[in-house]
Amino acid sequence: MALDNIEKLLEKYFEASTTVAEEQQLREYFAQESVPAHLEQYKPMFNYFSNAKEERFTKQVPLKTRSNLYKWISVAAVAVLTFGIYLGNEYQERKKAEYAYQETKKAFELLAENFGRGTEKVAYLKEFEEAKQKIYNNN
Amino acid sequence: MKQSEFLNVVMPFKDKLYRLAKRLLVSREEAEDATQEILMKLWSKNESMGQYKNVEAFAMTMTKNFCLDRLKSKQAGNLKLVHSNYSDENTSLQRQLEAEDSVQWMERIMQELPEQQKMVLQLRDVEQYEFEEICELMDMKPTAVRVALSRARKTVRQELIKKHSYGIG
Repeated sequence: MALDNIEKLLEKYFEASTTVAEEQQLREYFAQESVPAHLEQYKPMFNYFSNAKEERFTKQVPLKTRSNLYKWISVAAVAVLTFGIYLGNEYQERKKAEYAYQETKKAFELLAENFGRGTEKVAYLKEFEEAKQKIYNNN
Repeated sequence: MKQSEFLNVVMPFKDKLYRLAKRLLVSREEAEDATQEILMKLWSKNESMGQYKNVEAFAMTMTKNFCLDRLKSKQAGNLKLVHSNYSDENTSLQRQLEAEDSVQWMERIMQELPEQQKMVLQLRDVEQYEFEEICELMDMKPTAVRVALSRARKTVRQELIKKHSYGIG
């Protein structure tokens, strides 16, 4: 690019009346290796601006999606807990029922045993009856 | 707005936020924290983000205000921002070091500028925003933006000439 053009642009530049495109021209011009001695002093300025734009934000930003995750985890936990309590209750009830069943069974067995003993005794009554009949018949 | 959508919106200009924050706060850590803060604020507003016609301008304004608040509170607390991003000027003869040196020099010159000029220069010469955008961001009239920009550029030039004629580095 013609030197006087650059000088004109520079003048406009310091009056802040250049356009973005013209400023880009200036940056490109000063990006080259050698510039005339009287313009050398502007070189750091434009180079610096070009360099400064290269800087990047590299830090990771923890966006709060975790709170979302936590929400769902807690929902799941509550579900599991209620289900667990429900199942536990059921299990406990079954246990209780089984225990009651065993107890009644034991009670019935006891009863049956005593009944058995009762009927044994009644068997003697039968004998008595037979003997009685025999006596009646003989008379 | 989903996280991926949000990132798509934010990704293109997050570096600009960071660079503006760094320009104002100088220290890299401070600037990173500020940027992170701004992005998280934006994310918390993501429900209403569709309403803003220009999310980037909105975010830049947020960053500007956040950093200025930050600086104010630092000054009130009588704390100076600690920055170790540049080392002391060393007068090396090697060309590479020279170039590095001039970058540091530029950084220092820009630090000396008043905040408003600093921001206008950053927005225009580094980020290449149009004047209308800068007016909106800075809440300034176009003529005021031009004046600030012209002053900033001239100050930088003056400092550079001073340095150049001393021939240091």
